[in-house]
Amino acid sequence: MAVCIAVIAKENYPLYIRSIPAEHELKFHYTVHTSLDVVDEKVSAMGKALVDQRELYLGLLYPTEDYKVYGYVTNSKVKFVMVVDSSNTALRDNEIRSMFRKLHNSYTDVMCNPFYNPGDRIHSRAFDNMVTSMMVQVC
Amino acid sequence: MSPTRWDFPVELCCRPMAFVTLTGLDVVYNAVHRAVWDAFCANRRADRVPISFKVLPGDHEYPKCRTKRTSYEWYIPKGILKTGWMNKHLNLVPALVVVFYELDWDEPQWKEKQSECATRVEIVRQSLQGRNTKVAVVLIQKKTPLPPGEDVIASERAAALCNACELSGKSLFVLPHTDHLVGYIIRLENAFYEHAQTYYYTEIRRVKSHKEFLNKTTHQLLFVRHQFKIAFFSELKQDTQNALKNYRTAYNLVHELRAHETNMLEIKTMAGFINYKICRLCFQHNTPLDAIAQFRKHIDLCKKKVGSSELAFEHAAWMSKQFQAFGDLFDEAIKLGLTAIQTQNPGFYYQQAAYYSQERKQLSKALCSHDSSVMYPSPDPLEIQTGVLDFYGQRAWRQGILSFDLSDPEKEKAGILALQLKERNVSHSEVIITLLSNAVAQFKKYKCPRMKSHLTSTLKDDQKSRIEKNLMNVLMNENPDPEPDCDTSAVKTAQKLWADRVSLAGSNIFTIGVQDFVPFVQCKAKFLAPSFHVDVPVQFDIYLKADCPHPIRFSKLCVSFNNQEYNQFCMIEDVHQVGDVLENSTQGTMCLVPGKTRKFSFKFVAKTEDVGKKIEISSVDLILGSEIGRCVILSWQGGGGDAASSQEALQAARSFKRRPKLPENEVHWDSIIIQANTMIISRVPNISVHLRHEPPALTNEMYCLTVTIQSQEKTTIRDVKLTAGLKPGQDANLTQKTHVTLHGTEMCDDSYPALLPDIPVGDLQPGEQLEKTLYIRCGTVGSRMFLVYISYLINTTVEGKEIVCKCHKDETVTIETVFPFDVAVKFVSTKFEHLERVYADIPFLLMTDILSASPWALTLVSSQLQLASSMIPVDHPQSHVEKVVLQTGESASECFCLQCPSVGNVEGGVPTGHYVISWKRTSAIENVPVINTVITLPHVIVESIPLHVNTDLPSFGRVRESLPVKYHLQNKTSLVQDVEISVEPSDAFMFSGLKQIRLRILPGTEQEMLYNFYPLMAGYQQLPSLNINLLRFPNFTNQLLRRFIPTYIFVKPQGRQVEDTEIAAA
Repeated sequence: MAVCIAVIAKENYPLYIRSIPAEHELKFHYTVHTSLDVVDEKVSAMGKALVDQRELYLGLLYPTEDYKVYGYVTNSKVKFVMVVDSSNTALRDNEIRSMFRKLHNSYTDVMCNPFYNPGDRIHSRAFDNMVTSMMVQVC
Repeated sequence: MSPTRWDFPVELCCRPMAFVTLTGLDVVYNAVHRAVWDAFCANRRADRVPISFKVLPGDHEYPKCRTKRTSYEWYIPKGILKTGWMNKHLNLVPALVVVFYELDWDEPQWKEKQSECATRVEIVRQSLQGRNTKVAVVLIQKKTPLPPGEDVIASERAAALCNACELSGKSLFVLPHTDHLVGYIIRLENAFYEHAQTYYYTEIRRVKSHKEFLNKTTHQLLFVRHQFKIAFFSELKQDTQNALKNYRTAYNLVHELRAHETNMLEIKTMAGFINYKICRLCFQHNTPLDAIAQFRKHIDLCKKKVGSSELAFEHAAWMSKQFQAFGDLFDEAIKLGLTAIQTQNPGFYYQQAAYYSQERKQLSKALCSHDSSVMYPSPDPLEIQTGVLDFYGQRAWRQGILSFDLSDPEKEKAGILALQLKERNVSHSEVIITLLSNAVAQFKKYKCPRMKSHLTSTLKDDQKSRIEKNLMNVLMNENPDPEPDCDTSAVKTAQKLWADRVSLAGSNIFTIGVQDFVPFVQCKAKFLAPSFHVDVPVQFDIYLKADCPHPIRFSKLCVSFNNQEYNQFCMIEDVHQVGDVLENSTQGTMCLVPGKTRKFSFKFVAKTEDVGKKIEISSVDLILGSEIGRCVILSWQGGGGDAASSQEALQAARSFKRRPKLPENEVHWDSIIIQANTMIISRVPNISVHLRHEPPALTNEMYCLTVTIQSQEKTTIRDVKLTAGLKPGQDANLTQKTHVTLHGTEMCDDSYPALLPDIPVGDLQPGEQLEKTLYIRCGTVGSRMFLVYISYLINTTVEGKEIVCKCHKDETVTIETVFPFDVAVKFVSTKFEHLERVYADIPFLLMTDILSASPWALTLVSSQLQLASSMIPVDHPQSHVEKVVLQTGESASECFCLQCPSVGNVEGGVPTGHYVISWKRTSAIENVPVINTVITLPHVIVESIPLHVNTDLPSFGRVRESLPVKYHLQNKTSLVQDVEISVEPSDAFMFSGLKQIRLRILPGTEQEMLYNFYPLMAGYQQLPSLNINLLRFPNFTNQLLRRFIPTYIFVKPQGRQVEDTEIAAA
């Protein structure tokens, strides 16, 4: 069960961010924002040569006191960041990976919408529903 | 920073080393002893054994050893760990006492010396009664000892001394005071180290032996204590592996203790200590992951153990300390060579520590905000007679009480109150700032720029509030509060200086240019429009937003302009009494509520002189405090904002982001775009201007343009002026070739201007109409823009103020200029045959063809041929096109017979002259001058020919009637011409005359040839052709002459006889 899911554009501004509970919204935004440090570092460490065959899933970015932050970068450098409650031990790496894959698929669907302007904030009901499903139940 | 009660004790944080005391050394007066001592303690490098040495007098009293307990049956421990225990074993109870004694083997007074030495050893032993501390003797000798076994006396005396001192042979050492002192010392201390290790080993055994007497119900605390002691002794023994193992056991035991609100702090304190030790050892063993895992476990276990809710801030403080200490350990390990990574570095721990400190701040704010009437309890429940607690983590007012029930609730209450009041004095911000700074430094090191900026922003929040408070104090003519952590004497001095300064009168106005930094109040100015008409008031808004944590009140807001006359109209002043500055009421106009945008609207009437000028806000001043007391002027250059804000505003305006709806009168700060200047433009004119004309204009004509002005104003307009003509800013050549005049009756020349400025027209009553006719002469074709500009004055009232407005209206019209007609000119022979060139002295025809290109009818008044000197008219030339009216596309032709005398061979031909056409528009009024268009006639090439044939021929012939033809052959050369003439017969004619002749013609003379043709057929008949051959000019072809000789003639049929006679009769 994720507590915060964010989609970050190539230029590092948010395309989509949602978190529960809502009262810690700012804190989650900061968490996502600061996790970009790690994403940047990981992406740059991977080097340019292997861009094509590289693994999109970045794994655990960093653990905070109460949460674990995972990252995923698409080939077009769009970042997905997921914050998971540390106490939730049911979520293994594999589950997180499959959640990211689902997120990526849904994001691709959003991009396929001819009325969606790439780079705009995502306002899609289908995407919303998918995120909601990931935030309430374990995939 | 002075140590707080949350800091770990020094003895916990240091590296435990075996404690060895040296006695019998006089380091002050004895140089040899001094040298020995220095060799022990000076420059101890890492490869030396870990011992902490101390020089003590031989009769030093060591801490007394309590009598050994034989049974634990009735013993109930009062706490986990005594506060003095660690220090006792680090610095007070030695593992080994070394007695230094100067004695050589060949000492003459051996006996006495031996017994003195034994006495010294005995004194030491007495003092260490009951302890397992070892004693060793070192003999300082002047002589270098012989190799063992060779010095018989030495072995004997050594054995005797050992006996006397009750020492084993292993505990007696000899230190020859020679050149190799350091070498001997190192060997000595290695031996000491072995002794110390034995000592600690026995201590561990001793503590372990207690275990069997303990039972789980009453001695739970002792289990922890003993385990801790074993671990600590192991550390002293430098057996870190076992130490770690034992600390881990101790840690588990701590958490097995029955926890209650009353002993929670003690448990947490001990758990914290043990955890610290474990982490420290893990880092030391280079197993940082173990350290991190242990720390995580520790935090997970303790996070929820808040303890007393009234002292919840203590838990936050403790948590903060745990993180900070771990961060310090981590950082230290990194300094010793450990590599940290971006996602696992001390910064995270410092950050977390800071978070807990922030939590502590909030909790203390909530729990400790007692009324000022609440007094600190007396007697002080926190006061302890001995000055220190007996056990770590216990409450001062109930030390050693293990019962979970509170025996004295009143005392408990007083104690909690005392702690709360104490907490109130803690400078939390300072703690937070320190931790955050540490975290920022770490994140900077590990390439986390976003993390860093995030924390930096948190950091600023904590500092800002304090600064603002002090600023307000200064404004109120009061002393500012000192920054925390200042030296008290310095604070006193500063306060005195402040007091002196405050009492000083005058120069209490400070202007702060806030452009260069981020101020606590933001300002944006915005004119409502980029331009204002002079007859409406100029309006603008000043937006202010406070970013500080508290509402602020200001006394005055003024706006300055580039034209300072407006400044007086744009000012808001506080009507409140002086001294209200600190009253943080959120009411009233002069108060800025943090985070809320305030709008102040201003309005003023622009001056008529400023029409066409820019009004610019040069600065916005916000005055805090009063001018009577002390005031600070926050001054923004221009319209406020900063470089970044304009970009932000643009982005905000462009983005499609949905903004939360705000109540009315509120705006989004980011979306306000600064507009610091506006144009004053003239009043909108209320007149109509009509232009009447008939385009296109014709080249050089006096083109008539009628301007009709009608006033639609409600009042009389004065001083109406008309400016008309070529619009400035076009091609410069146009100015030269365009002339404007008001008088159409005379042709204007180059002296006339292209633009007529400010023609006074007079006044116009409402509704009155006026007409003005302009004449424009355009000398070249092409399009021109003409400007008709009417200005006038009118009185109006704005906001009850009478002003004279100057209004103007302009109309632009583009007029095309075209040639009125095309003139084609050609030369033809008298036979109307086209001529490439003309022949000298031979008449030819000049034909002109005027084709009207004007869409309007043209009247050709007359035409005139102005011949060049080289041309002679054959007859008197006169115009054939006078008073001819040409409609569009019609043409008028004229024909002139000319002759050109021989001029020799001129390159490019001979000029013909000019053709002048006088014309005007048919529609133009009578007195408009006639335009003379001069057309330069083309040059013509003149050639001379040697022979010219002139023919006298009747205009027609009649069948069977004689037709006399006379050919005049003229010799045009200065030579005698031999001419061969032959006539070829034609079917249509019979003829008489010379059929073939050869003759001579003298220069300049002519020869006549007379023929009588007799036509045989009617119709257009070819004449018998005359072939002329010039013998002297072989190039001269007959072809050329044919031009001059008629070749055809019309032959009429013979009329009927009757008629013929009638004709004859007539």
